[in-house]
Amino acid sequence: MNRSSAPAGFKERVASVWLPVKSFLERYRRQSFAYPYVLWMALFVVIPIILIGVYAFTSAEGGFTLENFSGITNYIPVFGRSLWLALVATAICFIIGYPVALAISRMDAKAQRIMLMLIMLPMWINFLLRTYAWMSLLENTGLINRMLAAIGVFDWINAMHSGNPNYTPITHFQLINTNGAVVLGMVYNYLPFMILPIQSVIVKIDPFVIEAAQDLGASSRTVFRKVIFPLSLSGVISGITMVFVPSVSTFVISRLLGGSTNMLLGDLIEMQFMGAAYNPHLGSAISLIMMAIVVICMSVMNKFGEGEEQAVVM
Amino acid sequence: MKKTISIIISAIMLVCLFAGCGGGGKASKGVVNVYNWGEYIDPDLRAQFERETGIKVNYKTFESNEQMYSVLKQGGVNYDVIIPSDYMISRLVSEDMLAPIDFENIPNYALVDDNLKNMAHDPENKYSVPYMWGTVGIIYDPAVVGEVDSWAALFDKKNSGKILMFDNSRDAMGIALKYLNYSLNTTDEAQLNEAFELLKEQKPILQGYVMDQIFDKLESGEAAIGPYYAGDFLTMHSANPDLKFCIPKEGSNVFVDSMCILKNAENKANAEAFINFMTGTDQSMANSEYIGYTSPNKEVRDTIDLDDLAKSVMYPDDAVLSKCESFINLPQKTLNYYDSMWVKLKS
Amino acid sequence: MTKKNTAGNIFTALTYIFLYAPIVVLIVFSFNSTKSRTVWSGFTLNWYKELFSDSLIMSSLQTTLMVSVLASLIAAVIGTFAAIGFYSMKKQWRAPFLTVNNIPVINADIITGVSLSLLFVSAGLFMGFELGFGTLLIAHISFDIPYVILSVMPKLYQLDRNLFEAAQDLGCTWFQTIYKVVIPEIMPGIINGLLIAFTMSVDDFVISYFTAGSSVETLSMAIYAMTRRRISPKINAISTLLFAVVLILLIIVNVREARQQKANIKKQKMLKGSN
Repeated sequence: MNRSSAPAGFKERVASVWLPVKSFLERYRRQSFAYPYVLWMALFVVIPIILIGVYAFTSAEGGFTLENFSGITNYIPVFGRSLWLALVATAICFIIGYPVALAISRMDAKAQRIMLMLIMLPMWINFLLRTYAWMSLLENTGLINRMLAAIGVFDWINAMHSGNPNYTPITHFQLINTNGAVVLGMVYNYLPFMILPIQSVIVKIDPFVIEAAQDLGASSRTVFRKVIFPLSLSGVISGITMVFVPSVSTFVISRLLGGSTNMLLGDLIEMQFMGAAYNPHLGSAISLIMMAIVVICMSVMNKFGEGEEQAVVM
Repeated sequence: MKKTISIIISAIMLVCLFAGCGGGGKASKGVVNVYNWGEYIDPDLRAQFERETGIKVNYKTFESNEQMYSVLKQGGVNYDVIIPSDYMISRLVSEDMLAPIDFENIPNYALVDDNLKNMAHDPENKYSVPYMWGTVGIIYDPAVVGEVDSWAALFDKKNSGKILMFDNSRDAMGIALKYLNYSLNTTDEAQLNEAFELLKEQKPILQGYVMDQIFDKLESGEAAIGPYYAGDFLTMHSANPDLKFCIPKEGSNVFVDSMCILKNAENKANAEAFINFMTGTDQSMANSEYIGYTSPNKEVRDTIDLDDLAKSVMYPDDAVLSKCESFINLPQKTLNYYDSMWVKLKS
Repeated sequence: MTKKNTAGNIFTALTYIFLYAPIVVLIVFSFNSTKSRTVWSGFTLNWYKELFSDSLIMSSLQTTLMVSVLASLIAAVIGTFAAIGFYSMKKQWRAPFLTVNNIPVINADIITGVSLSLLFVSAGLFMGFELGFGTLLIAHISFDIPYVILSVMPKLYQLDRNLFEAAQDLGCTWFQTIYKVVIPEIMPGIINGLLIAFTMSVDDFVISYFTAGSSVETLSMAIYAMTRRRISPKINAISTLLFAVVLILLIIVNVREARQQKANIKKQKMLKGSN
């Protein structure tokens, strides 16, 4: 009916609001694409971390307190063990991962793609299950011990000690429920995160640089030491970060492979939120300290690196 | 590249649709959110309840009273029915987290054994309906560790590497306290410290702290001795007949796990329907036979058909029961002691 | 040089054996006729049959796929636009945003999970909602977006800086510039990011564990609940199936691409020949 008259006024009103917005958007047209995500980050990345800070400095009654931090000396052994095991796991990942990344990057393009895919492929089986499968392998009655028993390893060892009256014959190697098993779980789960970034950096090294070094009379060892390794350092650093951080914070691996007798930081945090000793304030304080440790470690490491702008992820 | 990607994505979408069909439509009668111990229900009963009432059961599990308490305290969850043990019920009541149950809607409550009514954790029968009860004892393989009649076997160095222990503070401390002939519910710090020292000494000879993983470890022979709930022994025994069960001579813990409704429950009527259903004789019988715990239902006690072993485990005689003690809720100070002791033990 | 390569290749082969050993165990025991994880007692397909009637596993699989598909698609859209936005910013603005963007990638999962659950629980108290599919989805989108951005950004840097102006000079509107010129150029990066995000979502346990609440359960949460007692061989069966599907898809993709490359080379040769 009088539909045509209403939109006229409406249109003007809309225009009065829309036009300035439009001109703003046109001015910052492409930047504005990021605004929804900036809002998202503020809501779901920044605020949650601020919340951890708030919890860490308050008590259950709501007042400000430092008590959550003063009690933390009780947990020094947990911090110590977590950092130590994560360091060992990271070192092993590096020792295994670097040569593998180097070997892959020397293959032809097609082989490289297949090899990289094969590294990603295990991630499609849930990491809990893969870790659980290690349990089947490492148990006292597990597959490895059964296999060793079947080929007579234990008989052989026991026979060697047959003269010794104080010797108690062994039936298995203690593999599971040890720190070694926990480290193995970490190495197994996070090794791909070491290989992939290193490989992606080595591949990008200009072959002419290496050729030039060889032409100038450098031995292959010198080429590696003076050219390849320094140029791959940024990959090494992101690899180390991506292995160290999840290793230091894991709470599942230590339970499945470590027998749950010795807690790691992740277990300690989980325990305060969803586990047997409810105290989110203490849990937040521990989380905050863990974050601080990670940030310090990373900034120290970045001093060694070239300070690449973005982390190399796969 | 583009084409192959679109193939992948459409394949994923198809799988989703397929899986969506498998999930089935939502029941019109609403849902009931149940939070129970792991391995603590006959899954057929869940299906039967859904069939008979049209109420969908969202079922999740916890592994210890303390863990359940944390999840509830953390908030953001909407469970209707929870099944904690006695001492935890008193704690929840004292923190005003439970809703009184309308017993008009639980006619099957009349079938509950009178011994299990008016108990210390719910003296006026307002908040809880017993689900199952049982005792804690030692499950062991006599071929490996010999015959056992005392908690001492769990602290014996000759069993080193074959022992499992409870992975929750209350049960673990309970064993240490009983071994020392103290009350499970002591608040005396000297006694608690003594028990804690005992657990600390025990740690190096343990294979691990476990809850339900004990099933797997004892059935496969990976471990040879560990304390656990009587009912679960029957399940393990059917998988590994070498296993034996004993309630140690020092005495042990007797517990009642009861169904409660949370204060913020959204489906109270459905929750009561579920509780009534589980208390019925047929259901309680089936459940008891499946999980091996003792039903609180009088008719089940009188009619259940058990072999001698199951009977002795599920319905221990009064001489044994008189040595057993229930947990009661502890004062906050002692609870804090338990928490910090537990962290210290495991770090 | 060649000598060194063989040594390297043997080492690589051993590493791959290490990576696949538990997976082989897992797959083999999905065909085991008893529930044992370590003793082989005969071949059966029963676990595969029973799998489809297990409502718990099927509904958790459904939740996992729904969350992963939705989260990775939404993340791909938001992330692509965000990457274009960041790319167009001055460096002094871009750098801090990219740093914040990296937080969920570098931060420990458990802290991301815990911090999000603190947010959801306290927001839920004010606004009257509970943890559930919605919070789970938001959490997944949040840790997926950074991966999309990290794989789109390099593609944008590879673009010619003048591409935007050129397209507009040729009469494209700014929307057309994005839609018809930029997006196709960075498509491989978007797809790559999408796939990484999807993989991360499927594999995630820790963040889901803290943000899913009481009513939904992903496959990895169901598996975690099982590792606390014992894993049903049905879980081995479903993982084997998922693994097989992904493997087959990857093989198809690779074979097709290899064929296309061959065809391209042939075409070029023929063109050369006719000249």
